[in-house]
Amino acid sequence: MEHGHHGPITPIRTYVIVAVALMALTGLTVFAAFTDLGPWNNVVALGIAIVKATLIILFFMQVRYSSNLTKVVVIAGWLWLMILLGGVFDDYLTRAWRFPGT
Amino acid sequence: MTEHSAHATEHSPHLGHHFESLEQQHEANVFGMWVFLITEVMLFGGLFLAYFVYRAVFPDGFTEGSHHLNIVLGGINTVVLILSSLMVVLAIHSVQTGNNRRAVMFLALTILLGLTFLGIKGVEYYEHFVEHQVPGALFVYEGERPELAGAVMLFTLLYFTLTGTHAVHMIIGMSIVGVMLYRTRKRIYSPEYYTPVELTGLYWHFVDIVWVLLFPMLYLIGRHS
Repeated sequence: MEHGHHGPITPIRTYVIVAVALMALTGLTVFAAFTDLGPWNNVVALGIAIVKATLIILFFMQVRYSSNLTKVVVIAGWLWLMILLGGVFDDYLTRAWRFPGT
Repeated sequence: MTEHSAHATEHSPHLGHHFESLEQQHEANVFGMWVFLITEVMLFGGLFLAYFVYRAVFPDGFTEGSHHLNIVLGGINTVVLILSSLMVVLAIHSVQTGNNRRAVMFLALTILLGLTFLGIKGVEYYEHFVEHQVPGALFVYEGERPELAGAVMLFTLLYFTLTGTHAVHMIIGMSIVGVMLYRTRKRIYSPEYYTPVELTGLYWHFVDIVWVLLFPMLYLIGRHS
């Protein structure tokens, strides 16, 4: 791998492979959407989207080669997003629950 | 100054006086860009949250709303944006290896693919207007379950808010890529200094990721049922 002024230069081959993988995953998610997977349809759709986002972040956005400081910022940001979503949904998704004696 | 010696670095015209070296400056710039992008994550995160909450409260109405979206156009647009992101990384690779002419070509292709995305999005919006699927006084719902009308309209409201906010980001991104194209053509960027092109790439990929998440959220979830 060549080394540029700001660290290693990712070879073109890596970028093309990632792009092809992203398109394959797009095809897969559309195919899965039309297949009956029961309650797993939503999980598969969002799971594939998260895999695609991770590929873009690691390879296209170069986080794989970024400094530890940048990695911490990226992880912290997505962690806070999960706290936002998780904190609200532990409420909304459990509102229908009924316990004996309540 | 072809050698990247410490001496040459210290006197680079691109080095801010408050930085030790180009490497340190570059790291600080990338860090700052990511902090900005996290604020964007929070902006879209709030909108995503609103969408998922209303989807949880009105599952049938949102499934019905999803069925009115054009999955072929949405899918094509996903591929268009993935290709545009590929063009951006190839442009950065070209600047890194000193080939500014090739970088200009890839940046031009990025803008072209961005315009293609917005054009296809425009066709979709046009269809929604013609079919009275725009929230407001002109909204009409003629499905089998009239009681879902309110929830379907709420879906379209969030659909336009999410895709509209995304489209605004696309327009901003294309404008910045345009500036990068001009400055790359002027040879302001070189293998020694190309941080702005890199940061523009980060912004563009972020906007791509937003669409990668929006596509299954709006078009695919509930498609089978």
